[in-house]
Amino acid sequence: MTAASATTSFAARLPARRYLVALVIAFWAAGWVLLRGRDTLALGGAELTPLHSWLNAAMDAIDDSRNSNPIFLYFINYIRLFLDEAVTFVQALISQPAMDRPLPVLGWLGVVGLATAIALLYGNVRVALLTAAGFLSFGVLGLWQESMDTLALTLTAVALSLAVGVPLGVWAGLSDRFHRLVTPVLDFMQTMPTFVYLAPLTLFFLIGPASATVATMIYAIPPAIRITAHGIRQVSPDTLEAGASLGATSAQALRHVRLPMARQTIIVGVNQTIMAALSMATIAALIDAPGLGQTVLKALQTLDVGTAFNAGLAIVIMAVVLDRVTSAASRRVEAARRAGRLRTVRGRRLEVAGVLGVAAVLGYLSYTYVWAAEFPIEANLGSYVRRAADAVSLWAQDNLVAYTDIVKNLLTNGLLNPFQTVLAGSPWWLVTAVAVAVALLVGSARAALVTAVGLLLVVVLGLWQDSMVTLASTLVATVLVMLLGMVAGVWMGRSDRADMVLRPVLDAGQTMPAFVYLVPILGLFGPTRFTAIIAAVVFAAPVAIKLVAEGIRGVSATTVEAATSAGASTWQLISKVQLPMARSAVTLAASQGLIYVLSMVVVGGLVGAGALGYDVVAGFSQHQLRGKGLAAGIAIVVLGIVLDRVMRAATQRADQAAHGGSHQH
Amino acid sequence: MSVTRSGKVRAAVLVTGAGLLLTACGGAKVGEAQPAAGGGGAKACGTVNLAINPWVGYEANAAVIAYVAEKQLGCKVVKKDLKEEVAWQGFGTGEVDAVVENWAHDDLKKKYIEDQKVAVSAGPTGNKGVIGWYVAPWMAKKYPDITDWNNLNKYASLFKTSESGGKGQLLDGDPSFVTNDEALVKNLKLDYKVVYAGSETALITAFRQSEKQQKPIIGYFYEPQWFLSELRLVKVNLPAYKEGCDADPEKVACDYPPYELDKIVSKKFADSGSPAYTLIKNFTWTNEDQNLVAKYIAEDKMTADEAAAKWVADNPDKVKAWLPSS
Amino acid sequence: MTVPSVAERSGLDIDAPPVLSVRGLWKVFGPKAESVVGSSLTRKELKEQTGCVAAVRDVSFEVRRGEVFVVMGLSGSGKSTLVRCLTRLIEPTAGEVLLDGEDVRKADHRRLRELRRHRMAMVFQHFGLLPHRCVLDNVAFGLEIRGVAKQDRYARAREVVALVGLNGFENSYPDQLSGGMQQRVGLARALAADPEVLLFDEPFSALDPLIRREMQNEVIRLHHEVGKTMVFITHDLAEALKLGDRILIMRDGELVQVGTPDQVVGAPADDYVRDFVSDVPRSHVLTLRWIMRPPQSGEPLDGPELGPDVVIRDAVHAVLSADRPVRVTDGGSLLGVVTSAEMLEVIAGGQDR
Repeated sequence: MTAASATTSFAARLPARRYLVALVIAFWAAGWVLLRGRDTLALGGAELTPLHSWLNAAMDAIDDSRNSNPIFLYFINYIRLFLDEAVTFVQALISQPAMDRPLPVLGWLGVVGLATAIALLYGNVRVALLTAAGFLSFGVLGLWQESMDTLALTLTAVALSLAVGVPLGVWAGLSDRFHRLVTPVLDFMQTMPTFVYLAPLTLFFLIGPASATVATMIYAIPPAIRITAHGIRQVSPDTLEAGASLGATSAQALRHVRLPMARQTIIVGVNQTIMAALSMATIAALIDAPGLGQTVLKALQTLDVGTAFNAGLAIVIMAVVLDRVTSAASRRVEAARRAGRLRTVRGRRLEVAGVLGVAAVLGYLSYTYVWAAEFPIEANLGSYVRRAADAVSLWAQDNLVAYTDIVKNLLTNGLLNPFQTVLAGSPWWLVTAVAVAVALLVGSARAALVTAVGLLLVVVLGLWQDSMVTLASTLVATVLVMLLGMVAGVWMGRSDRADMVLRPVLDAGQTMPAFVYLVPILGLFGPTRFTAIIAAVVFAAPVAIKLVAEGIRGVSATTVEAATSAGASTWQLISKVQLPMARSAVTLAASQGLIYVLSMVVVGGLVGAGALGYDVVAGFSQHQLRGKGLAAGIAIVVLGIVLDRVMRAATQRADQAAHGGSHQH
Repeated sequence: MSVTRSGKVRAAVLVTGAGLLLTACGGAKVGEAQPAAGGGGAKACGTVNLAINPWVGYEANAAVIAYVAEKQLGCKVVKKDLKEEVAWQGFGTGEVDAVVENWAHDDLKKKYIEDQKVAVSAGPTGNKGVIGWYVAPWMAKKYPDITDWNNLNKYASLFKTSESGGKGQLLDGDPSFVTNDEALVKNLKLDYKVVYAGSETALITAFRQSEKQQKPIIGYFYEPQWFLSELRLVKVNLPAYKEGCDADPEKVACDYPPYELDKIVSKKFADSGSPAYTLIKNFTWTNEDQNLVAKYIAEDKMTADEAAAKWVADNPDKVKAWLPSS
Repeated sequence: MTVPSVAERSGLDIDAPPVLSVRGLWKVFGPKAESVVGSSLTRKELKEQTGCVAAVRDVSFEVRRGEVFVVMGLSGSGKSTLVRCLTRLIEPTAGEVLLDGEDVRKADHRRLRELRRHRMAMVFQHFGLLPHRCVLDNVAFGLEIRGVAKQDRYARAREVVALVGLNGFENSYPDQLSGGMQQRVGLARALAADPEVLLFDEPFSALDPLIRREMQNEVIRLHHEVGKTMVFITHDLAEALKLGDRILIMRDGELVQVGTPDQVVGAPADDYVRDFVSDVPRSHVLTLRWIMRPPQSGEPLDGPELGPDVVIRDAVHAVLSADRPVRVTDGGSLLGVVTSAEMLEVIAGGQDR
């Protein structure tokens, strides 16, 4: 009966709330008409506020203390040495001449053999074949050494990220307090644009592998922590209780119950950590990180789309191989038990010994003989890939531009410009008041508070108008991402064939460095905010699509069957059953989509989005704009946190409404 | 089923293993016939850490210097791909010995040369840097008077885009360059809005498309730049630069000053007496020289080394003049 | 197999000290839970005024050694909370839980672990098995965490696995077993530690009826073989009547009635219980004691003899086939008589209701 009364009172409240939101929006529109252009806090591209200058000075002061500050002298220096050694060691194994040899310890044959062996032992035959083909393709693309450099850096960064991230994740899984403490830090690490801390990092860790590793780790640790914590937390309370009832200590419960049961999820975390690390390959190249990223950036200087695509393709292949192997390994954790019953331990040992034996033979060959060490140049097909990519890019730029122009103008003038005009053209206090009111109405008092503090912080940072311009683009991009996510996600969730076709495309969209396709989309859409939106959508839509598809697939078959038997049409089935039941997945898709869009703000700055993205890029390039760049980075983080919290609060409210707020013990 | 599979695997092991061993017998061994790394004459010169800033003109300078240093002085050259700011930081940490094309950067000069005293200037490269507003050739042909800034307002409506809010669009924005364009537009009372393209790539693509699609674009650009050998952009004449007219960036209403591009080396490197330092100090060439090598790299897709080798072979006298006299 | 009737099983030493003694137990969820203890507000009033939910309110009972003690109630009645309070899987808010006279609530963490490891073990509704361990390792888990050597714990685990009839499944994994089999593993795991008290939290409610009956019989058999004291939570009255030596009925966190099955059916404490037991065929539960009457004058008292604790159903044949009243005697003294009339009334009446 509590449930019933809650539902009725909410039902009574709901329309009122809707009207109130509409009222607030109307109030805003009226305010804009009357006050437009006033108090918009515009700041020119090269202008600075006192805060920015102060930040500049502060960063300079830190730079200057580098040689006297004991933290640098003792602590950071040793970390740097350790990281440098670690990367150099892996490089010596697979990519760089080492140990008085003109070639690395393992040549191509050895690396291919070892990688395939690992894929076979931890995954299955299919991914082993994929691994072999993928690794061979690095050589075939003519990028063997670059690929191995990238692999060396990625693997080192991933290993260290996991060494740090998994224990912290376990802790965050066990302790609510630590979880609360670490979550905003992780948000910060994931949304703070890399460009902001790339230059300062080189001061602390110097130019070279150490800085690149740290930059990669900053981005790759959060998923390791988050997903591990999630895995630890989702362990069935029944099993934990059973453990407790037998008198297990918390250490025993962790070792025997939580960790084994979270293992599959933790491997998913490993997978995500690898993907995050790999996505840093290009940006880390800006501070001389070796590998494919260098090739991409170099090619970009001469607008050499073909070469950039060739290297980007190698990154995509590496990502797909690593993704499939870790996914297969995660599934194998489940399957291993059944296999373990069928096969004796001895059988497994023989298999391991056999596979490793072959790998060892191949490794020895590649250590000893030149033909197995250096990838044969005759097999290099990279130039075909380059030429093909060039031709496609050129054709598209020449022939599609008329249509793309129409699309761009339509969406810019119809959606983006009005939106931006109202956001950036209203007085800052009006926008803040409206945002707080909306957060309160659709979310919670807490969300409203976060909104108020966040937006005031943006004002203090001196980047109000830039933030509003970026916000407008971000919201438009997120809407597009969600549209795509719903349409393609539903399709993919309902059809295995669609899944098979779309998945590689999505993987490519997620892992192909944006720098590779900047030139063609610039050719098609010009340096505009819309180009930035396209780049963001290409990067963010895949994750949204995958999450929605996952949610649709997760809807219980019985429910679908029941609806079908009740005579629901396909459209009714989607709109009334599958989407509503996948709502939590859709929400997750929206919030993840938003985070991914925000992480592309800086790339947007490179292609004409201006505003915060450009501020960050310029701050990275020009000494006197460093402080402003830092401020812009913080503003991006703040926008991300505000949007995320409001969205979460709104979802929570909707969930409570849906479940009638009944709490029974 | 798994047991049989592992059996198959074992069989495969034996077969491939044996096969590979057989075929392997004839191969050359690693380290046997390969030339020794480094080179014998490296003693006198040692290692030179060259920063490579991310534009092709710079790479052309660096390519030729590195080639000469390695082939004629026996140095070991380590190239490091870095943005300017990071490269300058390297003077302090000892990781960068030389930056071989520097565009002004008075703030960095103040910090690292005057304040920290970790870097010194090594003289001009001989290249003259020009910064300004450019249009694509077809526009200069079709609207001959567009190259005079006084006529810009007349053409403002041509340059309207989705980004420029009803005004003409002035495409700015390689973020590495300091611009006064917002102030210029204001102070020259132009009906334009500065739009930040955000990268050199975006600027070049925009100009390329402008020429191809006959789409009007006016934007910030600079020379020497390899792209100019592909498309000779035409500079718009702003009010002529006079010494001191750009003193207050808020009030600036004149063209950009001509830049003398120069070389910066770390203090330590300069004091080391390395022959490579002498080479870098003596290195000068013309914009045409640089554009040529840049074209080899950018258009003809040569590697930096190939491009340098070609140019050095064609210009032995110029190279000779750079070498240490001894 | 044959199922021993309740009467056969009641051979408990009533005077011996109880194994488990619960006094004035409260469990309140919510803010300032302590202040609610002792309150006489109804659940709804409590929720509205304090935001608290009293899941267990002032419950006291004793469990005798070797007894099967059933706690019965509908969902939300607090019975699962109650059983968790016994080993402090849920921390009680007030009251005492004495295990062999030792107050469980006063035990520190170490002592509590000792209690859980050696003296009380629990079987759960959803089994709570470790999916990554095979049956044998699941059963040995409790021994493993208390540090028993590998050889010994496997030996013990094998014994218990045999005891619950899982021979041949030692190396299977939980998800390869049916629900009933999984619960046998849960049962074996609880038995492995050789505890004094076994706690069952609705162990069979997730199983289908046939399996459920089989498992109930299994519990009865095990009770016979190992003679453990059992506290058994269920929402199924038939199960409670079948297994329980005594039954505690709970409603809204409060104790409504404690008694033997025939007491609960024959003399419900209130309308709630009466309503509850209305569907029970009384002849299956009630004993002759409940229907015997004093002999009327002139009745022949040389008919067959039966004990007062014989269940009516089991006496039907004897009574109906006798041509004179059946005497109900206890230790030689005559308690009363039973005739076909009483028999038919209870059988007919029982079905009537």
